[in-house]
Amino acid sequence: MADFENERDYRQEIEESVVQERAFRTGSRRMSRKKLCGLCREKVDIIDFKDVRMLQAFAPERGKIMPRRISSNCAIHQRMLAEAIKRARNIALLPYVTD
Amino acid sequence: MADKRIYEIVVIIDPKSTEEETTTLTDNLKQIIETQGGSIVKSDDMGLRRMAYEINHRNEGRYWFFEIEGTGGEIAELERRMRVNEAIIRYMTIRVDLDRRRAAKLQEKRTRRSTTRSSNSSRSNDMPFKADDDANEMEEAA
Repeated sequence: MADFENERDYRQEIEESVVQERAFRTGSRRMSRKKLCGLCREKVDIIDFKDVRMLQAFAPERGKIMPRRISSNCAIHQRMLAEAIKRARNIALLPYVTD
Repeated sequence: MADKRIYEIVVIIDPKSTEEETTTLTDNLKQIIETQGGSIVKSDDMGLRRMAYEINHRNEGRYWFFEIEGTGGEIAELERRMRVNEAIIRYMTIRVDLDRRRAAKLQEKRTRRSTTRSSNSSRSNDMPFKADDDANEMEEAA
C-alpha cells in the first residue's frame, strides 16, 4: 500500500538543519540563514497519516512529537505533521506512550 | 451541498477472523457505502500489521483502507454499522478533500512564483539577499 518510492531520510535532514541552525547562532557573520524547514524544501503539500516511516522520523524513541525548535519545521508543516501523527496514533500505527 | 466530499477510512479487523470472514465483511462495508449513495474510489488491503499498542487484547490487526466519495450521509450509516460489529477493532474516517484542495492551491502558488521568478530573473526578487550580503561585507571591512 503506502508508496515509499520517494522516501527520504528525514532524520538526516533534521540533523543537517540542526547543524545549520547552530552554525547560524554561534555565528560566523558571513553565514546566511538558509530556509530551514525541510518539508518546505521538499515541497510537501500533504502529510499522509499512513506514511509511518516518515512520521516516525518526527516522533523518535519515546514517540513524542518533535518540537519545532529541534526539527526546525515551519508552522504550517509542523501543524500538518502534528495532525498526521495524532491520526496515526488513533489507528495504532504510532504509539501514544512507549515505556 | 453540491460539492462532493472525499473521505479516507481505515478499518482494523480482528486478525482472528478467517480470510473468508474478512472478505465478506469488507464486501459488506462496500455494499453499505454504495447503497447509501457513495462511491468507492479506492479500496486497499494494507495487510496484517503489528499495532503500536494493544487494543481489545490484540497485538495485530488486519488493516483495510477505503477512499470514498459521497455526501457524508453514507459515512454516518457506515460508522453506525462498524460500531456494532465485533470483528472491527477500530475505524477512523477522515475528510480529505479540503486538505487536497489546499495542497493543490499551494502547488499552484509555487509554480506561479517560479515562473515569475524565471521571467524577470536577477531583478527585484533577488534584491534582499544581495543587500544583505553587501551589508555583511561592509561590516567586515569596517
